[in-house]
Amino acid sequence: MELLIQSIVTGILLGGLYAIVGLGLSLVFGIMGLTNIAHGNLMIMCSFIVMVFGTVFNGNIILMLVLAIACMVVFGFLFQNFLVNKVIDKGPNPALLVTFGVSIVIQNALQLIFGADARSIKSAFATVNVVSSDYVSISGAYLANFVVAVVVIVLLSLFIKRTRMGRAIRASANNVRAAELMGVNTKLMYSVTMCIAMATACIAGLLVGNTFVFYPYSGPQYLIIAFGVVVIGGMGSIPGTLLGGIILGLAQLLGSYFFGTGYQIFSGYIVMLILLTVCPAGLLSNAKRK
Amino acid sequence: MSEYILRAENLSVSYGDFRAVTNASLKVKEGSITALIGANGAGKSTLLSAIMGEHKPTEGHVFFEDREVTGLKPSVIVRNGIAMAPEGSCIFDEMTVRENLLMGCYQKRAAAKKNELFEKVYSLFPILKEKEKQLSSFLSGGQRQMLAIARAIMADPKMIICDELSLGLAPVVIGEIYEKLTEINKEGVTFLIVDQDVGRSLEYSDYSYVMVKGGMVMEGPSCDLPIEEVKDAYFGINKYA
Ligand SMILES: Nc1ncnc2c1ncn2[C@@H]1O[C@H](COP(=O)(O)OP(=O)(O)OP(=O)(O)O)[C@@H](O)[C@H]1O
Ligand SMILES: [Mg+2]
Repeated sequence: MELLIQSIVTGILLGGLYAIVGLGLSLVFGIMGLTNIAHGNLMIMCSFIVMVFGTVFNGNIILMLVLAIACMVVFGFLFQNFLVNKVIDKGPNPALLVTFGVSIVIQNALQLIFGADARSIKSAFATVNVVSSDYVSISGAYLANFVVAVVVIVLLSLFIKRTRMGRAIRASANNVRAAELMGVNTKLMYSVTMCIAMATACIAGLLVGNTFVFYPYSGPQYLIIAFGVVVIGGMGSIPGTLLGGIILGLAQLLGSYFFGTGYQIFSGYIVMLILLTVCPAGLLSNAKRK
Repeated sequence: MSEYILRAENLSVSYGDFRAVTNASLKVKEGSITALIGANGAGKSTLLSAIMGEHKPTEGHVFFEDREVTGLKPSVIVRNGIAMAPEGSCIFDEMTVRENLLMGCYQKRAAAKKNELFEKVYSLFPILKEKEKQLSSFLSGGQRQMLAIARAIMADPKMIICDELSLGLAPVVIGEIYEKLTEINKEGVTFLIVDQDVGRSLEYSDYSYVMVKGGMVMEGPSCDLPIEEVKDAYFGINKYA
């Protein structure tokens, strides 16, 4: 019984981490219809950047994160403005290939610079149990993952829904021509979207590095998790990523509880397949996306 | 300043090798309703999109209030004071009616007058106020066109360009839309309109241009233009074939 409760709690908290891993992928897909194959590697690149800043600044987490986000926002802008925006009008495939190319470059560059060893960004609170009772114990890292994910998702939803720029971003996603005719620079809005996605990838990169070890080639593993989250929650839905993350996390931990640890990943994808059969567009997808 | 708010001079526009507009000129008097008439494929929408800066003309010039605006981006054109209600209304169907209108006043200058503009638009089109929280994809065809015009008004423009305003609408609704248009015009907004219906275009406009196969073939005060000859041009018969 205790183990079941522990599995449920851990599953939900892990879901928060998964949600923020998938957030940038979902945002970019929702706004510009682009499947960013590089998302996983970009996130792991963020982990490395945070780690580097961590050694430079003696583990001041806020400073590490702010600087890493600043770097990634610049990177995101250049990536979007000089690569993706050049081909995005030519249909989804050229842009997809661009992200695929970037993905390969990043993975190899990381391996070249950092070697193949396991790394982590363990902060002081990561391994401390913030809750430990007879029924359940919760580590600082897992709790932080969940809280940060919820806060980021809520803030991003509000930004997209309520602000003038958020509206312009949605308008660009909805009808490029009309948005341009209203005076919106739609390409710039795409770049802003990519910058936001990179900022969320940075936060995800920090949390992942604070929770698990990572390697230069961990990216694809997280890309698959991000896909799972986004597919379950609904492509392009921001609140959907939280739901998708939690479902995927729960499915994995409960699968592992009922069938054994070896079934953790497997049961996650079984649940994803079942949900997709029942609800192909994802649970919270915009009902009628093209 | 000349009496013409908009002048397009000898415009040519191509899609790749295909020349959709050839050496077409058009002038719109300030405060007027000017109509652009022509059969399907004559190049009306293309000409309008060149004026709005969506396509760069290969030749020719566009002047707005005597300033050259040829080839400027749509966002700059909008800031200068031209708003467009495009063909097929082109509304944001994943956004609410109110959000659509907010997008209309995206430009800073218009955004500063947001409340005033909302009041104006809602008094012109009370139905939009009633539906302001609804997703605009639930609007009827006529309501969509009203939203498109209202959204253009939200940009606080000096001039509004309407493409295919009445396409697919019932006569009663068309009448209503044209009444509103006249009302807005009386407040000083200049209109350049495209409509499939030759009779109605001539009836509601002060001045008309007729386009055939990418070029202007006829122009004049709408009340003086011989409707039969305009229709010949429109259907591409007799000497206009
Ligand atoms: N994007 C495009 N690419 C290639 N050709 C185009 C494009 N848009 C329009 N054309 C062609 O240019 C010509 C003029 O089209 P345009 O849409 O301007 O006509 P129109 O007068 O607005 O017609 P309608 O009354 O049907 O709206 C047509 O022959 C059309 O096939
Ligand atoms: Mg047209």
